[in-house]
Amino acid sequence: MRITVNGTDYPVPDDVRVSLLDMLRERSGLTGSKLGCNQGACGACTVLLDGERVLSCLTLAVQAAGREVRTIEGVAAAEGELHPLQQAFIDHDGFQCGYCTPGQICSALGMLEEFRRGDPSHVTADLAGGQARFSHEEIRERMSGNLCRCGAHNGIVAAILQFADAGAGE
Amino acid sequence: MTPFSYRVATSTTEALAAAPDSSERFLGGGTNLVDLLRQNVEQADALVDVSRLPASIDETEDGGLWVGAAVRNTALAADPRIGARYPMLSRALLSGASAQIRNMATVGGNLLQRTRCAYFYDVPGARCNKRVSGAGCDAIGGFTRYHAILGASEQCAATHPSDMCVALMALDTVVHLDDGNEKRRLPLSEFYRLPGNTPHFETELRTGELVTGIQIPSCRAAVNSTYRKVRDRSSYAFALVSVAAAMRVENGVIADIRLALGGVAPRPWRAAKAEAALAGRAPSQEAFRNAADAELADARALGGNAFKIPLARSTIAAVLGELAGDAA
Repeated sequence: MRITVNGTDYPVPDDVRVSLLDMLRERSGLTGSKLGCNQGACGACTVLLDGERVLSCLTLAVQAAGREVRTIEGVAAAEGELHPLQQAFIDHDGFQCGYCTPGQICSALGMLEEFRRGDPSHVTADLAGGQARFSHEEIRERMSGNLCRCGAHNGIVAAILQFADAGAGE
Repeated sequence: MTPFSYRVATSTTEALAAAPDSSERFLGGGTNLVDLLRQNVEQADALVDVSRLPASIDETEDGGLWVGAAVRNTALAADPRIGARYPMLSRALLSGASAQIRNMATVGGNLLQRTRCAYFYDVPGARCNKRVSGAGCDAIGGFTRYHAILGASEQCAATHPSDMCVALMALDTVVHLDDGNEKRRLPLSEFYRLPGNTPHFETELRTGELVTGIQIPSCRAAVNSTYRKVRDRSSYAFALVSVAAAMRVENGVIADIRLALGGVAPRPWRAAKAEAALAGRAPSQEAFRNAADAELADARALGGNAFKIPLARSTIAAVLGELAGDAA
């Protein structure tokens, strides 16, 4: 059994204690995903596992065996052109130091898919009313698992809104 | 983290196939257990990954729902049947943790996350009766903003952090258990223990027993239900006080009332005294406040958490008022 990361297969670590994050960073040369709190409180390690955003620090690598992982390295087009969401983060100053950014972008991509399929959030008024209106308030709530200690949250929300409004679905 | 073995179970039979004297632990989404192992709060020799067991939500004969233990919190919250029939459960789930954690966390794991406080996690720095039986408790006399006001003991005042379980408690949910030899069912109200002198035992779960799913009974009142969570920041924080409530008013009186509290006790707290004070009464703000007072008469503060008593009182009254609407 292998772990597929951004389309490339990697071996499952022999030591089952290795987290998915450590496997990516320390064994696979994929240092885009960041180690923040290492306890599920900050979101810096967010990756997409079979399309769902998860915390790679609390996921054992072995739990990803046979599944597909997408990290920030797999977001831009192969020829190096930025993904439109990455460009939107630049356009709106959605970061200062950039440490939380890979997690923010992976989280936002997962969030947009949750939104498209009609998942409600804590601030969605009508649980059964189909898709909630895509708003500043909805994005803030749905992105609350990703902290930014530089305080770029307003820029992050603006970048996600721009990307979503452009209809730039994947 | 101490070394452990790992295997994946794809069926309940496989999950329960371990030797009787095995020390295997079941792993769901890992959002609590992996953290506890890494912090050396807990140790495990062997993990059985049960997060890939069949995860279905099915209708039951009595008009309720069966939810498999491996159903993810995100899937349960978004299920249209939950949203329509038990909105307080969707609301509770959506107020819990972050989207990433809800995507990982299973129903079984949510039920079995540890009752905990910061001292429980502070292995090198704090005494904790839950970690080491009889060691003492550094929380009592320490920083107690997040601790329990109901159901605590001299040994432990940590709170059960789940939001989901507060709503499930109000809904008379039944937990299904299987150890490979015997299947049994326990109402959630009998599943959780209070700390007493054995705070390291949090549930009635037996060694080797697996939570296979939960059964949520039909509940007409739950159509008119909600969950309110008061916390230190507006998202991604544990409850200081939370209230799950459902109310059905008929002919001007409360025909059915379900009330449970989170953030205030070592287990999800069914507010039976408040329910008894409200059943058959006409809904009014006075009745709601009196019911809250009845529930909180036994509340005891440790110092830093004294604010929770008036906060719980006002939150209960506000939520019941919201559900009563024009009837109150």
